[in-house]
Amino acid sequence: MADHPILKVDDLSVEFRTRHGTVRALDRVSLSVGKGEVVGIVGESGSGKSVTAYTVTGLLDRAGRAVGGSAFYDGMELTGAKESDLRDLRGREFSMIFQNPRAALNPIRPVGKQIEDVLLRHAQAARQDVRAKAIDMLDKVRIVDPAHRYWSYPFELSGGMCQRVMIAIALACDPRLLIADEPTTGLDVTTQKATMDLIAELTRERQMSVVLITHDLGMAAAYCDRILVMQTGEIVEAAPVREMFTRPAHPYTQKLIAASPGPDSSLADLAPDSPPPPNASPNASPVRPAPAAPPSTAPLLEVIDLVKTFPRRDGRSAGWPWKKADPEEAAFRAVDDISFSLARGESLGLVGESGCGKSTTSSIVARLMDATSGDVILDGENITTHAAARFARLPQRTKIQMVFQDPTDSLDPRYSAQDSIAQPLRRLTGLGDRRQIAAEVEALADMVGLPRALLTRLPHQLSGGQKARVGIARAIAVRPLMLILDEPTSALDVSVQAVVLQLLDRLKRELGMSYIFVSHDLNVVRLLCERVIVMNKGRIVETGTADDVLRHPKEPYTKALVDAIPHFEPDRIAAGP
Amino acid sequence: MTRFWHHFRYVMGENPVTVVAFGLFGLIVVLALFGPWLAPYDPLATDAARTLAPPSWDHPFGTDQLGRDVLSRVIVATRLDLGIALSAVLLSFALGSALGCAAGFWGGWTDRIVGRLSDTIMAFPLFVLAMGIVAAMGNTVENIIYATAIINLPFYARVSRVETGVRRNAGYVHAARLSGSSDVRILATQLFPNILPPMMVQMSLNMGWAILNAAGLSFIGLGVRPPAAEWGIMVAEGATYIVSGEWWLALFPGAALMIAVFCFNLMGDGLRDLVDPLRRT
Amino acid sequence: MRTKLLQIGGRLLQSLPSIVGIVVISFVLTRALPGDPAVYFAGAMADAESIAQVRKSLGLDRSWVEQFFIYAGNLARGDMGMSLGTGRPVLEELLTRLPASLELTIAGLGLAILIAVPLGILAATRQGSWIDHLCRILVTAGVSLPTFFTGLFLIYAFYYLLGWAASPLGRLDIFYLPPDHVTGFYLIDSLLAGDGEIFWASLRQLVLPAITLGLFALAPIARMTRSAMLGALASDYVRTARANGLSRSTVLVTYALRNAALPVLTTLGMVFSFLLGANVLVEKVFSWPGIGSFAIEALVASDYAAVQGFVLAMALLFVLVNLAIDILLTLVDPRVGLAD
Repeated sequence: MADHPILKVDDLSVEFRTRHGTVRALDRVSLSVGKGEVVGIVGESGSGKSVTAYTVTGLLDRAGRAVGGSAFYDGMELTGAKESDLRDLRGREFSMIFQNPRAALNPIRPVGKQIEDVLLRHAQAARQDVRAKAIDMLDKVRIVDPAHRYWSYPFELSGGMCQRVMIAIALACDPRLLIADEPTTGLDVTTQKATMDLIAELTRERQMSVVLITHDLGMAAAYCDRILVMQTGEIVEAAPVREMFTRPAHPYTQKLIAASPGPDSSLADLAPDSPPPPNASPNASPVRPAPAAPPSTAPLLEVIDLVKTFPRRDGRSAGWPWKKADPEEAAFRAVDDISFSLARGESLGLVGESGCGKSTTSSIVARLMDATSGDVILDGENITTHAAARFARLPQRTKIQMVFQDPTDSLDPRYSAQDSIAQPLRRLTGLGDRRQIAAEVEALADMVGLPRALLTRLPHQLSGGQKARVGIARAIAVRPLMLILDEPTSALDVSVQAVVLQLLDRLKRELGMSYIFVSHDLNVVRLLCERVIVMNKGRIVETGTADDVLRHPKEPYTKALVDAIPHFEPDRIAAGP
Repeated sequence: MTRFWHHFRYVMGENPVTVVAFGLFGLIVVLALFGPWLAPYDPLATDAARTLAPPSWDHPFGTDQLGRDVLSRVIVATRLDLGIALSAVLLSFALGSALGCAAGFWGGWTDRIVGRLSDTIMAFPLFVLAMGIVAAMGNTVENIIYATAIINLPFYARVSRVETGVRRNAGYVHAARLSGSSDVRILATQLFPNILPPMMVQMSLNMGWAILNAAGLSFIGLGVRPPAAEWGIMVAEGATYIVSGEWWLALFPGAALMIAVFCFNLMGDGLRDLVDPLRRT
Repeated sequence: MRTKLLQIGGRLLQSLPSIVGIVVISFVLTRALPGDPAVYFAGAMADAESIAQVRKSLGLDRSWVEQFFIYAGNLARGDMGMSLGTGRPVLEELLTRLPASLELTIAGLGLAILIAVPLGILAATRQGSWIDHLCRILVTAGVSLPTFFTGLFLIYAFYYLLGWAASPLGRLDIFYLPPDHVTGFYLIDSLLAGDGEIFWASLRQLVLPAITLGLFALAPIARMTRSAMLGALASDYVRTARANGLSRSTVLVTYALRNAALPVLTTLGMVFSFLLGANVLVEKVFSWPGIGSFAIEALVASDYAAVQGFVLAMALLFVLVNLAIDILLTLVDPRVGLAD
């Protein structure tokens, strides 16, 4: 029997018409996927990995056109095919799942019916038994109580469940190829693992081929047979997993592998080629004299019995209005009685999944929010006695600063980089002279490796990494004793993340700051922090040194968290299963 | 300042429609400011001998039932209509956005009260409410301005409340607090300028609507009294002559109305582009 | 189902504060008159005794709070005062004329929806085509047109110049007698009475004013339909539907249109508000004997009770319409009630 690869792409090129001219999104991309094979396409943002998938399935945006090459599904030509033919193929022969699963489901249609729509369209079921088949699919994707969940709407389901529904829809008609476009982005780490395991199991069962598109090299290594690395529209390397991680050929691949933190990597490993920034003297600052050696052994920060409750908003009351509300249900304990301390010069990692209370804790410590009860003692002074609303005008404000997660959201779109960095200087220091402030801003820019020419630009004219540097420069401008880093690199590409982490480490040593590093990624936290606190549902689950917690987790929750991190060790892979 | 001029030229160059809209706006402003000197005849001067004369070289827009030159009246009316609309819009913009921003930023009781007020006004069909207000307060031009301002209040309150609410928890707001800015300072100097782009569109659309509103009220006899020259009144006076074929009394003021409103509707997008930092390259 | 009933009940309860707010504002309006309200309500030709009587019945010698409760109490009994112009109770006048206005408004709105919704959908599905451009021009021009202006020029074009339309003098030519009153809607009543001639005569009179109102409502409905459809067609869930090969009609109707219908329904409420206002203008232009004309006559005659009664009645009508739309939305959209 003639053995066509299930998917074959030959020299495919795609162009987009934009306001600034034509952009070449794909440049002579070739790949092939065999029957039952799992191929990963890995790249950072802008690499063209999603565009490849959209072009092949014919879902490309109106502004995009395939200008060369071709794509074949099992010998049938896809490029230039009629839309009605493609419609027949989609869903029945190949299907796709996307990121942001809740947004990708029809919000006003029960999820069971959305599965039915696909079954009926491709004549995989008759009207009488289509509902049973839909419920069966829900069961296959491990949704509890499928008959009841048939009637659920997407907004009633969690992100992970919505993704399972999407998988159910995609697999309902038993296609032979599944294209998964960043299927786990935005999901919790443990949910990510569960979702990927589900996909792996179901596709193996049915001997389906899978194309997994992701930016996470570790995930690709864990689930794929072969990996293709893309950069700015081109495939720079393609190799089986083992080979790629033991002997990466292309410098970009090497850079990506180095930049993805594993349980053994060190900071220096992450970006071995990055040049040291220009020599800026952090000690000659008019704002604050050079930090003296820590005189006492008293902790810099002490958090004692911190509690934060939010009144619960009864969105969908299942009960009758006149029944008295259960007092336990009335309030939501986001932070449930936690205590920890931070020594001077120490870095503490605060790790947990979304909803565990780590962001609330960091907001309270930074005095952006008031606690319901408990104390925060900073540098010997109880700062919780000052209300959050008034803290901005107190001199203690300079002692703690924060770096935020989303670099775009954390910069005022109307302020140039200069204005953003100068803001704390203007308001919190005695510097009134414009030239003094400008000089200080330039010194800060040098310190964080931001080219001075970019200071006059607005946020939308800067790249993600440049915006992150502006945020960091602003945070260290008043030479705080302590910096809270709230997932500072999770929105950045992995190669940019590497450089930013090295920068943060260097600044910590040069300026003598202490860090609280909030993140969901244990590997990243390990690089910068000596100690780690693991939180779940508002409580501290486990503490210890970073290495200890990562290698020898004691609590079951921590174990599950560590297990869920996809990591790759070239030696382990080379040694075989 | 030169930066703004560059940006202005860029926005104009982007979209020819914006140029047309701003050009028309310029014309309207000129007529409003210099109308009385530009008008060929005295808008109030009657001429019993030349009543209901169709358009001619002498009177490009014809004359009305009292022999007054329609062109002059249309030109002079620009000032009155524009003045009423502008005053009303500025008034409701100032009050509405202050209320809406406070409601969106602080929530709680402020939000509830502003929401109630806004909802109560919106519970009325707005033109009808304006009729009721003018009837109650007295039939003067000032009251037309107040009535129009009141019925436009909910639009500004709602837009500013929503836009402020969206940005209230943005990273840069927290960063501003960390930088030592008080809440009021953040609201006034950072949040408010950032919500201006969508407000600009709202203001521009409102201008058009305020003009239609004022003209509508005059059409049914409220506000402006004869012999004042105002587009709505002119159409009302011309209405009785339409059925007998003297179309020019109503057409020209009506067309002027249409063009003015059209211009403001088109300007909305251009104004937003001018104010929006994301459009700058 | 129980949650739906609870939500509908909630919506009904939520409209109560609006009604209270309306009554309060109406009350304030009746007392905002410059000078002695009793004089205004008694009328220009009243003598001292009738003025004193009016003052007593309005409770003007009592405190504000008492006055308000007297006012609200009167309203609850259906007493909106007497119309100076006709000498009959305001409520009676309004009720007699309501069917005329409703017939006109419903005809206009129906016409607008029939044209605007398909236009908006077509413009969204065929972006860049002539239909899309036509839609955008219609919308931009439509929101700029003063209603009274369009009405007048439709009369000029179709009655004076072309002679096609009937003379703009009300609901029925003077030659005809109105059909027996069942609903008050001439079109329905004449059909019920089996009188074809009167039906066509009424229709002829209705055409131009309905088109005028319809044109006014056309623009915002078309604009919202187009933009809602564009939004739905560009959404992630439509992309998923297409990625799974669903047919064009399924994607268009079950996935895009149903979701787009929600903001369009919300817009209808706003459009109705504008229509009630435009109604007044159209009734004046076409001499249509509805509550709008009644209000205009009352304004001219300084008949304050009538004017305030009109404002109140329109507001209550609007609240009812909004309530209906809200309930419809609650039934159609499962997410309603989440944001509260």
